[in-house]
Amino acid sequence: MRRKHEFICINCPLSCTVELFEEDGEVLEVRGNECAVGEKYAVTEFRDPRRRVTTTVRVRGGVLPVVPVATASPVPKRLVREVVRVLASVELEAPVEMGQVVMPDVLGTGVDVIATRPLPSARKGRG
Amino acid sequence: MSRTWKPDVVVIGAGPAGLGAALAAREAGLREVVLVERDFELGGILPQCIHDGFGSIVFEQVLTGPEYAQRFIERVERSGIEVLLDTMVLELRPDRRVVAVNSRDGVLEMEPGAVVLAMGCRERTRHQVLIPGFRPAGVICAGAAQREINIEGLMPGHRVVILGSGDIGLIMARRFTLEGAEVEGVYEIMDYPGGLTRNLVQCLHDFQIPLHLSHTVTFIHGRKRVEAVTVARVDGNRKPVPGTERLVECDTLVLSVGLIPENELSKKAGVALHPVTGGPVVDELMETSVEGIFACGNVVSVFDLVDYVTFTAQVAGRGAAEFVGGRRRHRGEVPVKPGRNVRFVVPQRLRCLDREVELYFRVERPEKSVQVRVLVDGKPVSSKKARMVRPPEMVRASIPAEALSGQVREVVVEVVPDEKEA
Ligand SMILES: Cc1cc2nc3c(=O)[nH]c(=O)nc-3n(C[C@H](O)[C@H](O)[C@H](O)COP(=O)(O)OP(=O)(O)OC[C@H]3O[C@@H](n4cnc5c(N)ncnc54)[C@H](O)[C@@H]3O)c2cc1C
Repeated sequence: MRRKHEFICINCPLSCTVELFEEDGEVLEVRGNECAVGEKYAVTEFRDPRRRVTTTVRVRGGVLPVVPVATASPVPKRLVREVVRVLASVELEAPVEMGQVVMPDVLGTGVDVIATRPLPSARKGRG
Repeated sequence: MSRTWKPDVVVIGAGPAGLGAALAAREAGLREVVLVERDFELGGILPQCIHDGFGSIVFEQVLTGPEYAQRFIERVERSGIEVLLDTMVLELRPDRRVVAVNSRDGVLEMEPGAVVLAMGCRERTRHQVLIPGFRPAGVICAGAAQREINIEGLMPGHRVVILGSGDIGLIMARRFTLEGAEVEGVYEIMDYPGGLTRNLVQCLHDFQIPLHLSHTVTFIHGRKRVEAVTVARVDGNRKPVPGTERLVECDTLVLSVGLIPENELSKKAGVALHPVTGGPVVDELMETSVEGIFACGNVVSVFDLVDYVTFTAQVAGRGAAEFVGGRRRHRGEVPVKPGRNVRFVVPQRLRCLDREVELYFRVERPEKSVQVRVLVDGKPVSSKKARMVRPPEMVRASIPAEALSGQVREVVVEVVPDEKEA
């Protein structure tokens, strides 16, 4: 069955609404985009949309109670909530290094979750 | 402790603006650069902006806020810049004397060769947008909510209504949702969204959070804690339309209704502020109306891209070094004026007239297929095409140095329809 999907291109302020028509997962036609970037965007958003996930995890003994973390690269969009959920149960011990792996290969995606800032221990930090 | 310290330059505020200005001043040869920050760490607003979207121009790479800040913090730590944390600047005088206070040194007085203002901005509050109702707990600005969740590890509420569709509101709609709260919707008084399309798609659409354009909150219910808000549609004059009211139950109202440059210190120093930007009037070195006082970043005008903040910081830091070194010369005074479909331009005037200048401006209304033109005494000196310009996105243009070499009276920046395409 031929189906239509709509995507708003995020690559420039024009924000084209791009329509993608497919049948059984095969892209038949893309229209509404003003340039080639829009077509590529819509096809990627249809086939394999990905997002870089950012959240925080708890830290014991740090200058702050949480440290920001991110997936080292984008993961499939459908896993975003699940990634945040599994990270909610993680607790680290200060100090945390910038780039430290907080969870390797999250949900079997092959992507590591890393700390995006250093977090010193409370003693050395705030004083 | 009481000593009068005479460093080359004092930079007030250590967000991306202050970090960039201090580094640039140091790299331009100044020996004693003092960076003063009231918070316990460097980075300004960036440590709480944990999402990605920073640095695509400066680093050609998309970083999270903390990652962007860290690149500058590491350089500052190695640079010999004197950093004063937990230190608040209380006063700046027109002669550039700086009075600061902290719990280690008590009151610190400094008489620097130059000052760079980099205090950023603060959030517009409910008071400034006048929503009637009681004063219950649960009304919070988006940036404050962001700080509670991302820095303090606290959750400000569980059923949330967001007023305003600026980027911070959109980012927080996603953040609340990921932390398990329910975001009922985002309400925007204008008939177009305030934030970037990227954020509309990735923060709202990805999570099926509705955006209600031409809507506002007309009443806040609840005495101790927010219990509900009344929302209503607005007409073309942004007035609520009777009969369109709807009661929305919630425990938290998040306000994302704009930012105001933080200029209490600047005012006392006699720095002239611009009526549209709310920040200091600056020239092409980012020097304000008071000699030797420079300004950069969000204290000058709310820049949506941190990259532009960094660029203005580099200009201000180098400008301060030129001033302290006695090399800064004014050759005239030329106003930079907003022309067709331009709301304001930074800088607002040129005085050195000896170099290429980058201009930053916002349009008044969305427009398709345009040319952005810079005119020097009526003659176009630079132009570029844009397929679309929108008020939430600052635009950059430049004036080549040669265009300023003769006798110049005025510079105008304008956005005009692109005839060739039309
Ligand atoms: C929620 C949010 C999301 C954003 N998202 C993005 C994004 O995705 N991409 C992007 O490019 N940009 C984004 N930005 C914009 C970018 O973060 C800002 O433009 C930038 O941080 C402004 O830098 P600044 O140094 O001018 O101000 P700030 O970062 O606000 O720093 C000002 C500093 O001055 C200090 N200060 C103020 N007064 C005093 C005083 N009297 N004494 C001592 N210290 C003082 C403050 O404590 C603060 O540390 C976002 C901004 C916000 C708020």
